[in-house]
Amino acid sequence: MKPHTLSILVENKSGVLSRVTGLFSRRGFNIESLAVGPCEEPGMSRITIVVIGDDEKIEQVMKQLNKLIDIIKVSDLTENERVERELALIKVTAEPGTSRAEIMQVASIFRAQIVDVGAKTLILQVIGDTEKIDALEKLLRQYGVKEFVRTGKVGILRGSKTVTSLK
Amino acid sequence: MKTGAKILVESLQREGVETIFGYPGGVVLPIYDELYDSPLRHILVRHEQAAAHAADGYARASGRVGVCLATSGPGACNLVTGIATAYMDSVPIVALTGQVPTNLLGNDAFQESDITGITMPITKHNYLVKDTADLGRVVKEAFYIAGTGRPGPVLIDIPKDVSTKVIKEPPVPEKVILRGYSPTYRGHKRQIEKALQLITAAERPVIYAGGGVILSNASVELVDFATQLGIPVTTTLMGIGCIPCDHPLNLGMLGMHGTEYANFAITESDLLFSIGVRFDDRVTGKTDTFAPHAKIIHIDIDPAEIGKNKRVDVPVVGDVKAVLQDMLLMLKKNGQKDAWLKKIRHWKQHHPLKCPQDGRLHPQFVIRQMSELLGGDAIIVSEVGQNQMWTAQHYCFKHPRTWITSGGLGTMGYGLPAAMGAHFARPDLPVFDVAGDGSIQMNIQEFGTISHNKIPVKIAILNNRFLGMVRQWQELFYDRRYSFTELPSVEFVKIANAYGIEGVKVESPDDVMPALRAALDCDGPFVMDFRIEREENVFPMVPAGAAINEMIGGHPK
Ligand SMILES: Cc1ncc(C[n+]2csc(CCOP(=O)(O)OP(=O)(O)O)c2C)c(N)n1
Ligand SMILES: [Mg+2]
Repeated sequence: MKPHTLSILVENKSGVLSRVTGLFSRRGFNIESLAVGPCEEPGMSRITIVVIGDDEKIEQVMKQLNKLIDIIKVSDLTENERVERELALIKVTAEPGTSRAEIMQVASIFRAQIVDVGAKTLILQVIGDTEKIDALEKLLRQYGVKEFVRTGKVGILRGSKTVTSLK
Repeated sequence: MKTGAKILVESLQREGVETIFGYPGGVVLPIYDELYDSPLRHILVRHEQAAAHAADGYARASGRVGVCLATSGPGACNLVTGIATAYMDSVPIVALTGQVPTNLLGNDAFQESDITGITMPITKHNYLVKDTADLGRVVKEAFYIAGTGRPGPVLIDIPKDVSTKVIKEPPVPEKVILRGYSPTYRGHKRQIEKALQLITAAERPVIYAGGGVILSNASVELVDFATQLGIPVTTTLMGIGCIPCDHPLNLGMLGMHGTEYANFAITESDLLFSIGVRFDDRVTGKTDTFAPHAKIIHIDIDPAEIGKNKRVDVPVVGDVKAVLQDMLLMLKKNGQKDAWLKKIRHWKQHHPLKCPQDGRLHPQFVIRQMSELLGGDAIIVSEVGQNQMWTAQHYCFKHPRTWITSGGLGTMGYGLPAAMGAHFARPDLPVFDVAGDGSIQMNIQEFGTISHNKIPVKIAILNNRFLGMVRQWQELFYDRRYSFTELPSVEFVKIANAYGIEGVKVESPDDVMPALRAALDCDGPFVMDFRIEREENVFPMVPAGAAINEMIGGHPK
């Protein structure tokens, strides 16, 4: 059982997301992370889903996804060299004169940006893979994380290979 | 300039539709108005579930796409069981539903239900048409999707204003092009070669054939292949009819209520050639003990079925007919497996299906008499339960598409409406619905439809005054505690008469054949109420979760 990152190219039509997510829940899979957006082809969107399961189960889900008429292609990025990123926005308690400087130092180590400075809070924006974001969130907890918002993961293959060219 | 309703009806005609089964209501009024003077034949059912089953029966008997029509909300929801039934057995139907006008969508308007949402997991695809200009294209796509690849139901939801709007009809594309849909028909040549190598090397091969053989109209190729190599064939419930029952290589049905010899053969085989099947749990019993010594070849048009329940050695993705044709071309004759066939003949001789003969009225006898009278030249539809299994076991089917039953979903109430649909597909053949007294009461209102339209369906009720199949499980596994499975006696002939249908009650074996003859000779519908032995069981039987060679109610080994 390990996380698989599936990249799903779909027709940009209403209802397509619920067809996809419905299939996952029906077959007993928890979606760990989900990201949807337009892609390089007009009229299509790409859905990136992270799901945990053994290889056989994942293969079955991919085959079932492929049967959906509005799905054009399903690829498992997991076995390939790839770049994966998530983005998180973290609102941390930071009273002036106390931990503010420390938090800003942590942010710079993680190459997180301060995107909002409030009277009692800072908002950090961080981009990275799952581990990096987890690590930052954990570190910031001691200062008081008031809110933590995170996107789903997106992934892309390294080099000239594209998801559409995967078999 | 045309209304959406007119475009819809003309699109159906373009698809070659002749008959549709439906039930009117508010939001489909524009469509019904268009049907009023259209050449399409509309059969008014008495419950929308029956419209879906009738479309399904039509499709199974003809191989063409069946069509049903219902209004929004309750009408659409009543289709659901019928759509799910078609989905589980890969039957091509197009279900048309009315919907509230687009400006009210999502408002909880009167008779609004989200039928595309509800049917998402039980359709191959579905559409909510929001623009009249899309209707023609959507209908064309729906028929294409329903009928190609692995067939299945497609639903089109049509808001009332989409039906009434008048537009200049846009041209309908000549070919359907869907970027996400292109079924594989031809099998991979190397895989086919590998399969042939395994088959010719095998000493104890068995063909395990299912509904896919019927769906792809590949019975001729299957029988040809089996006969050329001398390979015995067992069929699933859905595959019955793909090889004549009296063919020397036929082993009958396998699985939970299969023949002993089919299940023995599977268990001892060294090669399982699986064609258009899905290794359902009712077939395999405990999966690890299913064909434990066999290498497995699996042909299926749906890649998702391959390796789903059982590991496969040689998968071949493709249409069964196309793949078998290729195999036949590449086939090199080799010696028949005499020792294996001899063993199988021995099993067949010593482990036949039992048909008790003690002067009482047994269901197996009724089915055998029916088989004798009809000689395979009829369409037999069944309900669900013991009646279904006795028919599958004891009726001698000779042709594909003459056995119509709800396998995957096991829908009680399926038989009568499906039989109505089958009649319109094959008006040249007698159509018999073998029913249980429980099942028939699930759609008994359709007596109204067959009477009204003089649909000559013959209904043979195997009346045991029990939900017999459930009672059998209670007898065997719940200490005979018959919890809510006993039904009071119903005079079905009186109900039939009330609808203007003739019928006869039969209580002794001697009266069986005359009743069947009367039914066959009568021009219209006919009801036979066979008062059978109440606690007869379906045997042999593989208890749930056991290995398929561990049957009860068979012969001593
Ligand atoms: C709609 C539906 N409800 C419940 C069942 C469960 N079930 C399977 S067989 C059966 C009994 C069927 O009784 P009857 O039609 O009298 O047939 P018999 O087994 O007696 O021949 C039941 C309740 C079902 N298959 N379908
Ligand atoms: Mg009964």
